Amino acid sequence: MSAAPGGRQGEPNDGADRLFELPPELAIDAEIARRVIVDFVRNQLRQAGFSRGLLGLSGGIDSALVAFLAAEAIGPENLLCVLMPYRTSSPESVEHARLVVERLGCESDLVDISPMVDGYFGRDGAAGAAGEGGGEASPLRRGNLMARERMCVLYDRSVVWGGLVVGTGNKTESLIGYTTLFGDSACAFNPIGDLYKSQVRQVAAAVGVPEAIIRKAPSADLWPGQTDEAEAGFSYPELDRLLFWMIDKRRTDEELLAMGFPGPTVERVKRLVATSEFKRQVPPVAKLGPRTTGVDYLYPRRRPGSARK
Amino acid sequence: MLETNLLRHRELLAQARAAGAGLVVFPELGLTGYQLQDLAAEVAMRKDDPRLLGLAADTKGLSAVVSFVEEADDHRLFISAALLEDGDVRFVHRKLFLPTYGLFDERRFFAAGDRLRTVDSRLGVKLGIAICEDFWHLSVPETLALDGAQLLINVSSSPGRDLAAIHEVGLGTAVSWRTLMRTYAQLTTSFVVFCNRVGMDETISFWGGSEVIAPSGEALFTAPLFDEGLYTVDIELGDVRRERIGLPLLRDERPELHLRELRRILAHRTGLAIDEASEANDGGEAGRPEAGQRGAKAAGEPDRRP
Repeated sequence: MSAAPGGRQGEPNDGADRLFELPPELAIDAEIARRVIVDFVRNQLRQAGFSRGLLGLSGGIDSALVAFLAAEAIGPENLLCVLMPYRTSSPESVEHARLVVERLGCESDLVDISPMVDGYFGRDGAAGAAGEGGGEASPLRRGNLMARERMCVLYDRSVVWGGLVVGTGNKTESLIGYTTLFGDSACAFNPIGDLYKSQVRQVAAAVGVPEAIIRKAPSADLWPGQTDEAEAGFSYPELDRLLFWMIDKRRTDEELLAMGFPGPTVERVKRLVATSEFKRQVPPVAKLGPRTTGVDYLYPRRRPGSARK
Repeated sequence: MLETNLLRHRELLAQARAAGAGLVVFPELGLTGYQLQDLAAEVAMRKDDPRLLGLAADTKGLSAVVSFVEEADDHRLFISAALLEDGDVRFVHRKLFLPTYGLFDERRFFAAGDRLRTVDSRLGVKLGIAICEDFWHLSVPETLALDGAQLLINVSSSPGRDLAAIHEVGLGTAVSWRTLMRTYAQLTTSFVVFCNRVGMDETISFWGGSEVIAPSGEALFTAPLFDEGLYTVDIELGDVRRERIGLPLLRDERPELHLRELRRILAHRTGLAIDEASEANDGGEAGRPEAGQRGAKAAGEPDRRP
């Protein structure tokens, strides 16, 4: 296994026509991943006493892959995909989401979140619930609100649908904190949270997610033309490799530098991982009583009597 | 939960009996489930628990290895495996090595056993029974073989992980276990029966892949990954004799040499060495010249574990 960065060739195609770039050390057995994830989805629902699931389908690769795997696990008739565009969302996003719904034959629903977001920040000079100045809210505030409105819609729909919200966040974005707390990261369980973006692409290709979705540049689509990689300043294969060696393989800074990773990138990614630690954990509880949840009251979620009747 | 699992064990015992099995092996904590945390105390049984005795009653003319949370008289909880034979609880092995690192947290909830013994069985050979992590320590299969075991049984709840595409079977955990089981069978010239749990529980996928390995190290049977099932395998116990005559590794073992050197190493590690002046000066780990080197080695080691 080569340790030098750059110039990686990915499966399934090499050369100009290749579908995506897959660093060799990140390549996994996609069939086993598929098998484990499908079992996981089925089991999570069963242990909670549910047979249905729902998810927010953005038109991107992460939610498309989860939709494919969830449909395989519980049948498309038990899966609800909710499309939740904002008025500035790329039309391509909705098109790609529809492509997934058609391909799977699952249930779908479209909820335009524009009135909710505009109702808060205001629109066309009119103040919203946030008051005067809401219209000048930063892209960060707007993006976070959109992610949280989508969460609200999903959890509301989950009651009507009688299913659990299936998470669609990948390991890369979780580790660098490129998520909105209680927004896109909110879910009952997450089937792909231990797959780096490059591995999401590999499994997506293996299970037949449409090529157009695999090929396009990943984007949170929070404003027109936004792409993850332009915003972050490094490519996913580069970032995935660095995270893999740093976290999974426990390489020190010196070892990472010796492997050819640029010092400033190592520094920056380390900082992103450290500053987003809070996003990956449940909020701490002050220890006061004899037994405290999460500290010394420790039960599996699945325990006798825990499933919904 | 426990009641359902007991019922399932009885059904499988009946099926195995119908299929002509003489020995039936169930996975680690098959009666209770593995991911227990604070539930451990709630599902614990004494070894004379009527529920366990009831299961044992189903083993007339059979041998079975079942695993459960055992509560001792002093209320310590153990991960145990019982040999049930001819209606009785014949023997109980308490897990010796409790992994408490990485994704494991066993020592928090369980006490470690401190006896490693073989047991005579109605099958006509001595059995060596161990539980999962016990077999990630060379001393366990070695001691069992020296104590006369001809058939080593490991019951496991091994969580599958490491899907790196470089592995021959796509699952790093499976590759590691297969390597170990073949090696132990060959080096102890004994049969090895490895029975691993199957199925998803919480975040963990137990990967199955149970195996029976001949004393030659050859795999006689390998169960599929991730498929639960009752699998029957015919073994020829006479193969142990044939293998040990042809390859007398056990005859040539030097336990007295091993013991002597172990005593020396132990004395050194506990700071009690008195025979060499140099050793008397470096009872502490930090002063040892090779300490830095060992640290470097640890950083580069592969991270496959049970």
